[in-house]
Amino acid sequence: MIAGSPRKARRSRGARRTAVAWLFLAPFTLAFLLYTAIPTVAALGFSLTDLRGTDLRHPLAVDFIGLDNYLRLFRDESFLRDLLNTALFVAVGVPLTMGVGFTLALAVNSGIRRLRGVFRTVFFAPVVTNVVAVALIWQYAFNANGTVNEVLGAVGFAGPNWLDDPDLAMPVVILLGVWRNFGTAMVLFLAGLQAVPRDVYEAAAIDGAGRWRQLRHITLPLLLPTTLMVTVLLTVFYLQVFDEPYLLTDGGPLGSTESVALYTYHQFGSGEFGVSSAASFVTLVLVTLVSVVQFRLLRPRT
Amino acid sequence: MTAVATLENAEPKSADTTTTDRIAVRHRSVARPLLYGALVLCALLTLLPFLWVLSGSLRSLDEIRSDPGAWLPDDVTLDNFTRLFATAGFGRFLVNSIVVAAIVVAGNIVAASAAGYAIAKLDFAGRRIAFGAVMAALMVPFTAVFVPQFVITVDLGLADTLAGIALPSVAMPLSVFIMRQYALSIPDELLEAARIDGAGEFRIFFRIFLPLAGPAVATITIMSFLNSWNYFIWPLIVAQSTSGYTLPVGLAATSQAAAHVTDYGLMLAGAIVVMLPVLVLFLFLQRHFVQGIAGTGMR
Repeated sequence: MIAGSPRKARRSRGARRTAVAWLFLAPFTLAFLLYTAIPTVAALGFSLTDLRGTDLRHPLAVDFIGLDNYLRLFRDESFLRDLLNTALFVAVGVPLTMGVGFTLALAVNSGIRRLRGVFRTVFFAPVVTNVVAVALIWQYAFNANGTVNEVLGAVGFAGPNWLDDPDLAMPVVILLGVWRNFGTAMVLFLAGLQAVPRDVYEAAAIDGAGRWRQLRHITLPLLLPTTLMVTVLLTVFYLQVFDEPYLLTDGGPLGSTESVALYTYHQFGSGEFGVSSAASFVTLVLVTLVSVVQFRLLRPRT
Repeated sequence: MTAVATLENAEPKSADTTTTDRIAVRHRSVARPLLYGALVLCALLTLLPFLWVLSGSLRSLDEIRSDPGAWLPDDVTLDNFTRLFATAGFGRFLVNSIVVAAIVVAGNIVAASAAGYAIAKLDFAGRRIAFGAVMAALMVPFTAVFVPQFVITVDLGLADTLAGIALPSVAMPLSVFIMRQYALSIPDELLEAARIDGAGEFRIFFRIFLPLAGPAVATITIMSFLNSWNYFIWPLIVAQSTSGYTLPVGLAATSQAAAHVTDYGLMLAGAIVVMLPVLVLFLFLQRHFVQGIAGTGMR
């Protein structure tokens, strides 16, 4: 970069630098190509073929079938039902998770000094807890003789068998998603709240704004970027929700909790790699759309 | 609430905040016990499942059968844990989980330190492409790629192996991102000075950059351990024989097996073995967990 140095030397030094840099990047690049780039392209390719699990040993038996898998998907009532289920996960799970996370962030961030760290730790613990273990607890808690029904029984209600009821299973599955994710939302909101300059509140208080008005007219508008980020993050999570329905109900009863991701997995499990890839590509498109919206909305601020 | 919040948070109050102080004080006297009460209640609700597992795992089978709803064990017994390792095969699952975690953590430290450093600190052709790849990898959902990933794993001869489980996670984009963000905060002059002294790029990386990157390496270690320890769907797909199960897959399979469905004590002991390592780490190192997850907004 020294001015006046011979161009040739500069270019060869540049080439050397580039070679060294890519050497540093080699392990990541290799993993990226093998497990992200190639699979993404391959998933699209697979979705246009009649690839089955049994074809892995006979690649020549695979035929190109155009958009047949997609046509099949959108004619498959169970896939359409799963799209709706996934929409329900997003529509209920995202606001609920955000609401709990935001409320707790406000509470933890308000006056309390004592126990503040303890509360933050406790509320974040579900995020790092293994979902298989928690799902087990959920199953015991919500079965016919479980803890939840015991509590209900104590106040005179006969509780149902939650996870076997097509109407009640979904709320329980969503609740597990909320329990696992509200800690993430809380921590992000906490970071947002702590970034709000306090003199803004002082000015508002002097002008006679009560707490509710401060919340509505100062906190919420200033937290808009955080809220947007949390929304996108949770939407992407719930669009791909798998662990919760798989572990609690395996999509049942009667498919009432099967998500698109679980459909993808079930098709894969029965050897329908082509159909499975088509379904997974639908998820990719949905997630990409959400990410694009995020970038559009956040760009002016970042 | 928020007014109190910001006031208390911050540094000494200046003279012109007395009005707010008075408002805050008045509110505080009423609101504070309520606030604490509500928070304690929420915290208990959050902790309830953990306490319940712990107590259940320490109760004998007979005790659970005769009184399934009781909250405290009459006689504390480690019988469930003994059976878990002696007959339910959890020793093997535990070893498998540790091996996978070791591969994943080592891989991430090496791959992400090098890649994050290069993207942040080296000037080279394709730098933007490399960073774009990291961001793209962060965004591609697992659901979208697992079928080809599985085919590739089979083609590499890694189906039903621990390496097959670990490899897709050895260079997580999240780790690269964490290292890149950290590297950006290290002044260029430091590296430039070494360059002028004639140090090679590798020497600069190992001798100057890495010793400074401790906090980022710690976060990467914890995040990649957390991911690999808790990872469920991919090991579920790759592991086909019981001897290849990791802990979460083993726990899920055991709980679905007819022989164990009603063996609550055993399953709760299994849940403890799966949860405990991460929870203990979390208690001691929570700053890194929170940074790793919240700092980038990704799990």
